[in-house]
Amino acid sequence: MDLCTNFPMFSIILCLMCGVVCSVLKKNMARYVTYGLLTVLVVLSAAVLGYTVSIDGSFIYQMGHFGAPFGNELRAGVLEGVFTVFFSVIMYLSVIAGEKHIYEDVEESKINLYYTLICLMMSSLLALTYTNDVFTAYVFVEINTITAAGLVAVMGNGRAYFSSAKYMIMSLLGSGLLLIGITLLYDVTGHLLLSNIKYAVVTSTIKEYAEPFTIIIALITIGLSIKSALFPFHSWLPDAHTASTISSSAILSSLVLKAYIVLLIKIYYRAIGWETVLETGVNDIVFVFGIMAMIFGSVFAIAQKDVKRMTAYSSVAQIGYIFMGIGIGNAAGVVAAVFHIFAHGATKSMIFTSLGGIKEVSRHSTKLDAIKGAGYRNKVASVAFAVGAFSMVGIPFFPGFVSKINFADAAIDAGGPKMIVILVALAVSTVLNCIYFFRALICLYTPVSDPGGRLTEEVDNTKPTAKYIGAMAFFIVANLFLGTFSDMIIKLITRGLSMFS
Amino acid sequence: MSRVRTDYEKTLWRKIVRFVNGEKDLFDEQSGFNVETEELEDRRHRNFFEEAELNKKKVQIAELIEERSEETEQRAVKLYERFYRLFAVITCVAIIAILLVTVANLPDYGDPDNPANNEVSKKYIEDGIKDTGAVNIVAGMILDYRAFDTLGESHVLFIAAVCVMILLKIDPDSEKGKRFISLENDRAYEPKNDPILVWATGILVPIIIVFGIYVILNGHLSPGGGFSGGAIIGAGLILYLNAFGFKKTERFFTQKTFSVVSVSALLFYSISKTYAFFTGANGIHNIISKGTAGDIISAGLILPLNICVGAVVACTMYSFYGMFRKGGL
Repeated sequence: MDLCTNFPMFSIILCLMCGVVCSVLKKNMARYVTYGLLTVLVVLSAAVLGYTVSIDGSFIYQMGHFGAPFGNELRAGVLEGVFTVFFSVIMYLSVIAGEKHIYEDVEESKINLYYTLICLMMSSLLALTYTNDVFTAYVFVEINTITAAGLVAVMGNGRAYFSSAKYMIMSLLGSGLLLIGITLLYDVTGHLLLSNIKYAVVTSTIKEYAEPFTIIIALITIGLSIKSALFPFHSWLPDAHTASTISSSAILSSLVLKAYIVLLIKIYYRAIGWETVLETGVNDIVFVFGIMAMIFGSVFAIAQKDVKRMTAYSSVAQIGYIFMGIGIGNAAGVVAAVFHIFAHGATKSMIFTSLGGIKEVSRHSTKLDAIKGAGYRNKVASVAFAVGAFSMVGIPFFPGFVSKINFADAAIDAGGPKMIVILVALAVSTVLNCIYFFRALICLYTPVSDPGGRLTEEVDNTKPTAKYIGAMAFFIVANLFLGTFSDMIIKLITRGLSMFS
Repeated sequence: MSRVRTDYEKTLWRKIVRFVNGEKDLFDEQSGFNVETEELEDRRHRNFFEEAELNKKKVQIAELIEERSEETEQRAVKLYERFYRLFAVITCVAIIAILLVTVANLPDYGDPDNPANNEVSKKYIEDGIKDTGAVNIVAGMILDYRAFDTLGESHVLFIAAVCVMILLKIDPDSEKGKRFISLENDRAYEPKNDPILVWATGILVPIIIVFGIYVILNGHLSPGGGFSGGAIIGAGLILYLNAFGFKKTERFFTQKTFSVVSVSALLFYSISKTYAFFTGANGIHNIISKGTAGDIISAGLILPLNICVGAVVACTMYSFYGMFRKGGL
């Protein structure tokens, strides 16, 4: 057995151990441990990706001395490899870019606890991607929920407490539905491992329980879509994203929401079977809500005066794109949805962290009239914001464009009334995206006279640190890479998805 | 020939320009209430009197709007509330009905042909003692067959404790902490010197803690284990704290004790399980022997892991109580 196959297990347990150790260290030591951990994770995930690409297949890692169906299992294929590399890189960049804000926003004695949360969040992201067992998935969904609420509450003001409580309630509702779904699934199949569940489903032992099985699919879908803020359940998202520190907003929007979608796709493909999902028609319901999210998320975003809140509402719209892609019901749609997970993850974390830089030079506000002229005060952050806006609107050479064109392709493949709905929704949503992102962009680059001189003073005091500039540059490069070399990534995604079933 | 337009500010183009500049919201158009942003812009250039006049104007407009909209608004709120309640009730009833129908269609309770009664549970029951060395099959399942889930579960407890710490912990060196300690600290009322409580605690706490230790140590032999034993010990510690006050518990349980015990327990757990996973997956011989089933020292790693889980659970429970009482241990 190759050494690389041990890496998924090592990386998850390493995250847990680093998280535990960070809780007793001083703040700077905790930061170094976290950076070290994330560096190791990038290397380990890249090794797993390289290994799965080289053997052109997936492997199952048995956790302990008992094989399937008695023990736990991890599974890694090409898609898992791409996801974990992506998750660790984005986490790394978000934490580095927001480092200064973490030190300013979080209470002195709790900074090490913030890094504990980061490490444990990372462990849950990795475990949700690698797991081959629905119950392990549920355990790490719990870790993910609690850490995400902690990442919001760590700001320590009333707003943060309120938003994190709201987030916790909504998220626990989702967890509850997911747990009911998993329990019923165990009841009708007698297994918890994804591959064994699928075997039970395929070998028609499930046939006599057709009604419960439909409800199970619905419960798991609703539970996970509440947690990833699909349209009617999105109300917690803008509050939580606005109230938290910059790194937390970036992590929540780019990673936490996505991990649940990854889990949903995994359960659809590996446990329930994509054909069964299509038979029950759950994907059509997901499709309808996805389309609604695309339109309403953008409409709500236009109504915002705070750019951070506007970006949060834009996340609602982009989550709608992903669910719409899953709902199309053909392979191309899912591929486009998975690509959009990467595109939106890379772009939205960049937008949120760039807002951190803009906020510093705009009297600590991200209101539209406060950020006027920030483009000349903090050039790096503004360029990053511009790149993010271009990507979200869908300008060629940026990742948002690639995913939009893939969605359109998938729609044309699907044909019928769905095609018309998708194409119209894509067009409308692009125009709406344009309205609010370009409004913010124009504000950013509107020259402003500054008679009081307060802004100039502020700019002198808050030159962006070298780490911030580096992280932003890396973000921009990563986005351009995703936008220009998208063929390669789409090939990997297609290969990975075909390994799933 | 063009004519001079006096309503220039109201033209569509101006509206778009102002919207783009972020001064005005398209959605606020009907209210005609945009004094706020204007004021922000021009505050520096206005002299005192102009500003006062502006404020007056603002108040007048606000009053006007309020007067006009109050009645309709209240009616709308009432209607909305009624609709909201109705909708909530309908949703709940629908979900209850759906779940009841689902439960009615599930496999019958206790039927031997149920899908859940398959080779998995059969192996757990028949080979459990041979495979894990634990007489208590549940301990064998959670700490050996499905150890990864339990590893995650104990970290859930840890992360919950960390989050409570983030919310409630008070740094005694900070400004806020000093104020809290001087104003809201209830330690001044301690010890309570309540004779009944003190006497009863004196008798009960040793028994509770010894019983908790018994439950943990016999986790692999009889019902119980780390989670339940740790909860018993935690409850005993909380009772002790209530009777004798923080001064006495601080002699043996401080923030440092909490950190050392929970961190070393979790680290030992992670490291030993990494060894077990690694040897298991790669087919390497595991040097930890299972011993004779039924002995107190048997079942390989299950006993030390039970102790670790027990320590984490007891510390977490006690720290929750300490955090809620005084924002620290």
